Amino acid sequence: MGAIAEGLRRVFELDSELWRIVLLSLEVSLSAVLLAALLGLPLAAALAVNRFPGRRGVIVTLNALMGLPPVVVGLLVYLLLSRAGPLGELGLLFTPGAMVVAQTILILPIIAALARQALEDAWREYDEQLRSLGARGMQAALTLLWDARFSLITAVLAGLGRAAAEVGAVMIVGGNIDGVTRVMTTAIALETSKGDLPLALGLGSVLIAIVLVLNSAAQLIKDAAQRRFG
Amino acid sequence: MSASILPLTLDNISYSSNGQSIIDGISLAIEAGPSTIILGANGAGKSVLMRLMHGLVAPTTGRVRWNEPDAASLRRRQAMVFQRPVMLRRSALANVVYAMAVAGVPAAEREAQALTALDEVGLRQLAHRPARVLSGGEQQRLALARAWALHPEVLFLDEPTANLDPAAVREIETVIKAFDAAGTKIVMATHNLGQARRLGDEVIYLQAGRVMERAPIEQFFARPATADAAAFMKGELPWA
Repeated sequence: MGAIAEGLRRVFELDSELWRIVLLSLEVSLSAVLLAALLGLPLAAALAVNRFPGRRGVIVTLNALMGLPPVVVGLLVYLLLSRAGPLGELGLLFTPGAMVVAQTILILPIIAALARQALEDAWREYDEQLRSLGARGMQAALTLLWDARFSLITAVLAGLGRAAAEVGAVMIVGGNIDGVTRVMTTAIALETSKGDLPLALGLGSVLIAIVLVLNSAAQLIKDAAQRRFG
Repeated sequence: MSASILPLTLDNISYSSNGQSIIDGISLAIEAGPSTIILGANGAGKSVLMRLMHGLVAPTTGRVRWNEPDAASLRRRQAMVFQRPVMLRRSALANVVYAMAVAGVPAAEREAQALTALDEVGLRQLAHRPARVLSGGEQQRLALARAWALHPEVLFLDEPTANLDPAAVREIETVIKAFDAAGTKIVMATHNLGQARRLGDEVIYLQAGRVMERAPIEQFFARPATADAAAFMKGELPWA
């Protein structure tokens, strides 16, 4: 316990540097969550509402991709963005942009797969009613997304948790450059390897606190909304 | 709007699910005018027959024909109220407005017409309440308001008052009579004999997926043509 207290004291001595790291962590992970939700939720709704050949295969693949190892995603994005790679001209490698791309790819399957399950359960209830009213395809999918919006919070939070916690992908494509691409997890890894365990522990505590606050806030919103709307 | 979408003709339709026959060769015509009650015990196939007529499921064999070739127009001109209505997670008013939006009612007209429909079912004062926290009877009346706002030519009702208390049943039957008075063709499935008498003009008696009898309501109750129908009426409590 003494080490954690010592670490926390040291963490808050870092002041501006610490805040830069915290803010960049939040910026990267929240951007990735936003992008992954924008892509993943419509995909999930389409999968929940439509029946087509190969649908089972898509779902199994999506579920399997939930377990994508961050370092492998990092490596693939690294190859894509490296100077000789197909997207090398964008000059994104070792920038926060590259980290957002990698984390988006990492958590897109998580958000899409969990949301698909929640939406499919809701669809069992809504299917006949919406068809009776004449809502089809896109319109039905959007209605479903909006109506299940509170259950989707869980799927999005799972994505955020993964993004905030992973180190492999951001390390490879960001490079842990001090002041440019250093985030909480890469800083913790660095301090640990340098042997500064108190500082690593202090940073870890801050990271856990942030994740706790974000999750609690989302949970409160979800509960209040569910009480209000039934 | 062109001529009526009725008559609805069922051409020797059958429906089976997982190898089990549920509807077994039904041919009949549903004409404009008299309120039609589909009567039968649980498991007779009433709900499935309603869904086949409303177009929610396709028959395994046979054909369902309407006097209207255009599918979208056909969908727009009929409505169905389910045994357990599904309300969207928004206000009562927004639920009615949603149905009108899907049906293509111009945006400017929706709210006023939706409020009129809520008035019709006595839910005006609950217009801004979230639909999912309404009571079972209120939700069912909201489902009727949602249908009312669309002025359907045909209204299918699948056991609309099952699991409701007597006061709620009365309120719902009043609204169904208002639909009838406004010229909407009523097709209602029920196993409640009292309700069949109160609301129906003719009875289609269903058993094991087959039509056993079709008769004017008074005749059916006075002189059922089959022993099965007579036994069914004896078994059902008439006031239930």
